[in-house]
Amino acid sequence: MSKWKMFALHAGLSVVCVATLYPVLWVVKLALSPTQTLSLSANPFPEAVTLDHFRDVLGTTDAQGRWLFGRQLLSSLVVSTATTLVGLTLAVTAAYALSRFRFPGKQSGMQVLLITQMFPATLMLVPLYSILQTLGLLDSIGGLVLVYATSSLPFCVWMLKGYFDTIPKELEEAAIMDGASPGQVFIKVVLPLARPALAVTALFSFMQAWNEFILAATLLNDATRFTLPVALQRYVGEYKTEWGHFAAGALIISAPVMALFFALQRSLVGGLTAGAVKG
Amino acid sequence: MNARCLCFTLFVFAQSAFALPLKLWHGYRGGEELAIEQAAKRFTELTGTEVEMLAVPYDALSSKLTSAIPHQAGPDVFIFAHERLRQFHRMKIVAPSDEAFDRSQYLKPAVEALELEGKVYGYPLAMKCLALFVRADRGITAPKTTAEFEALLERFSAPEKNEFGLAYEAGDFYFHAPLLFGFGGVLFDDTGRAQFDIPAMASSLAWVKSLQDRKFMPQEVSGALVKTLFNEGRAVAVISGPWFTGEIDDGIPYSIHPLPVVSQTQLPMRPFLGVEAAFVSSRSTQSALAQSLAKFLSVGEATVARVTLGRQIPAELAAYENETIAKDSMISAFRAVAETSTPTPNTLEMAKVWEPMKLALRAVLQGGVSPQEAGALAERRYRALNRDKPAPTDPTPWIVLLGISVIAFIGWQIRAARGTSFSRRYPEATRGLAYVAPAATGLLILVVIPFVIGLSLSLFHHEAGEYTFVGLANFIDILTSKGYRITEPLSFYFTLAVTLVWTLANVVLHVSIGLFLAILLKEPLLKLRGVYRVLLIVPWAVPNYITALMWKGMFHRQFGAINAILASFGIEPVSWFTQWSTAFAANVITNTWLGFPFMMVVSLGALQSIPTDLYEAAEVDGASKWTQFRRITLPLLKPALLPAVILGSVWTFNMFNIIYLVSGGEPGGGTDILVSEAFRWAFQRNEQYGFAAAYSVLIFCVLFAWSHVTKRLSGQESA
Repeated sequence: MSKWKMFALHAGLSVVCVATLYPVLWVVKLALSPTQTLSLSANPFPEAVTLDHFRDVLGTTDAQGRWLFGRQLLSSLVVSTATTLVGLTLAVTAAYALSRFRFPGKQSGMQVLLITQMFPATLMLVPLYSILQTLGLLDSIGGLVLVYATSSLPFCVWMLKGYFDTIPKELEEAAIMDGASPGQVFIKVVLPLARPALAVTALFSFMQAWNEFILAATLLNDATRFTLPVALQRYVGEYKTEWGHFAAGALIISAPVMALFFALQRSLVGGLTAGAVKG
Repeated sequence: MNARCLCFTLFVFAQSAFALPLKLWHGYRGGEELAIEQAAKRFTELTGTEVEMLAVPYDALSSKLTSAIPHQAGPDVFIFAHERLRQFHRMKIVAPSDEAFDRSQYLKPAVEALELEGKVYGYPLAMKCLALFVRADRGITAPKTTAEFEALLERFSAPEKNEFGLAYEAGDFYFHAPLLFGFGGVLFDDTGRAQFDIPAMASSLAWVKSLQDRKFMPQEVSGALVKTLFNEGRAVAVISGPWFTGEIDDGIPYSIHPLPVVSQTQLPMRPFLGVEAAFVSSRSTQSALAQSLAKFLSVGEATVARVTLGRQIPAELAAYENETIAKDSMISAFRAVAETSTPTPNTLEMAKVWEPMKLALRAVLQGGVSPQEAGALAERRYRALNRDKPAPTDPTPWIVLLGISVIAFIGWQIRAARGTSFSRRYPEATRGLAYVAPAATGLLILVVIPFVIGLSLSLFHHEAGEYTFVGLANFIDILTSKGYRITEPLSFYFTLAVTLVWTLANVVLHVSIGLFLAILLKEPLLKLRGVYRVLLIVPWAVPNYITALMWKGMFHRQFGAINAILASFGIEPVSWFTQWSTAFAANVITNTWLGFPFMMVVSLGALQSIPTDLYEAAEVDGASKWTQFRRITLPLLKPALLPAVILGSVWTFNMFNIIYLVSGGEPGGGTDILVSEAFRWAFQRNEQYGFAAAYSVLIFCVLFAWSHVTKRLSGQESA
């Protein structure tokens, strides 16, 4: 490739990157500027820098003087981690069975998984509320985790099943010949081979729980148990938005997910498509 | 074991010695929140009862209350404006104040606002109404009439210098109502039904439009703009409420006056009076204690805190005898205004007025509709939103039909299985089922059952907590587009068309941008490839409601970055959300930004799986790059890309957050897609869950059909 072509390629990509990052820079600017309002300027770099907004958001306390932000961060972490663990455990076993065994209702089960994805989630809220009340799981972290884990199941199961399908059955047969039990085969042979897909599925479950807003805002009633997106809602009113606080909060919430993305981005490319290529 | 025993004993002891904490929900922020916190703390000091507070943004509070309280998950006391009282009362979530309630303690209009069928509900805390704020450093005498007002505006408006006489949120009916009343308008007819197509509607709208046309006030005014203009002296008069005093910079002198009298009619512009009250929940387990907390919040030191910290206008009479409060000119000015204003009607009919009026106001101010036609426009929207309740139907035939189909299905299954032994057909059935069982149980309870309930809700009509079976009436109303033309934004077909265009535009942009970038990034000699890739997936990692709010800010008419960029190229600022095309474009731009990285990553993965020797062979055969792309890349990408495209299209079809938060359906609901329309029917238009469920079922049908089309597509591919 000629030098000029390479230069053009770099120039083109840089332009796209700038366009992509501009909104993010704009949020960074809002978070660092001393005002709470938007400012009329195209310059994405702040004219004056202050950490006040971050300090306010991180140091949020409630009327009893409890450190609200700390509790909400903990709550978010617990909910997201638990969702990932529960969701992944359920999805892995189900996906493995769907990929390997024949049993009645398998085909229709797969169909049902897909179909549930097509019904708007917000409309499931009304019945879901009553079911959780019956189970005594309203306003509880446990209830929220179960709802998240099950609602992300269809996607996780489909992804993992696709990946399991690409793992040759011969490997498992060989392990059985060597005297491994079915459980051992699953844990020691299949799961390690599926690592990229597991990583991606875990990332998605975590991200979904970390970012979700509507369910958490509806189901949780105790400010100390709010997840961070619900806490962020405080700053965005219908009539008045505290843009500085909102921007700082948005950056704080996005940071962990971005870090995970960067850490897992190599698996992302493989894990996402390997299953899909097979269909 | 021992420790647990001990804990339990302690718990029982604590319960008998002290009352449980009281839960208090409110929508306050800033100084108002501080005031209520301080008052609650005092209550705890005096009674020993803890108060657990929850602040929920005001616009989200009402739906949270109506869903939580009937399920025993709500607060004991909540603070809300009186205009929802009738609705709360119908849903049986609010309890009347006890016998100890003393009307003479409060201002008269504040108590009247809380009255329903001879009983008073809740304890009035504060009042909100509109008044005229005037800069006191410009030698202005407050205008008494609209004629004086116009002369004043004439004097101070200089559009070429971006200076205006007046700034207020003209597109909001709360702000327009005083004008409507001033021009002699009556909102409800003798039967209590809202009326829109009246002469006062046309004349009041025409007056506002003339102010805007004469450049006495700017276009598309938001609260943020009002604040900026007033603080910078670029607007000398502002119509706003008590909360505006917190927005005025220190050191800027201002005075507060009643709104002027309309010269043509000699009627005063009477603003709505909103009364915020502490209501006791009907489901409170400690109602006596809850009553005492609500009362405590409405009198004495709680009132003083509310005035000094929250800058709210107290409803308690005694407060005005307090020395500091009596001297407070802002409080006394607002009291004067409040006593001449009328409480916002707390009827159910009032709740139905806002959306049609907002539509009419914006249509006139944006110039799409003349003031004379606006009343009819609002009237049509009103009728469409408040459809008549369909006639109840007998559910028996449905139940019989359902029973028959279930039996038929089971019979068919048994027949299909006959002949082969179960264990031979499914040798691994037990293991398979055991592996699936945990996931299936969870899915059944939390996904499938709500789904089935959601489906069956579409056959019911919901009103104030009661469901009536109406058969297919909801579907018939939707599919025959009852009450509005097919080409109007509210009709199913219009929304469906918008949804399809929206989905198509997004998927095409996602795939083409994603694929294009993936091909660029695949170039083997490219340096910094990892850096580019990391930077380009950033949008994917940002939660999409944050993306939406962020872009909403960027598209802001006066303060948005997009218009600032356009301005630096010498292009006129665009009002993004006043025209369908630009509002739709804003949605698509936002969604493209957040969606292309997914397609890029999928394409990258798929490209890596294409063997490079194919290209080398093509190179040898002298095929051009374009031919290589068409003959090698595209066909080999298809199997990987197709599932991603299908998934992406389903996601986009139901992409609620972007539509709801970026354009919000503006202008006039034109950019709403099916999901956001369903959401509005469920949560913003008298909770018509049944109608919303019918919408959802139709969405489901469309996607179901689409999934069959794509199945065929991918089937052909593998064949």
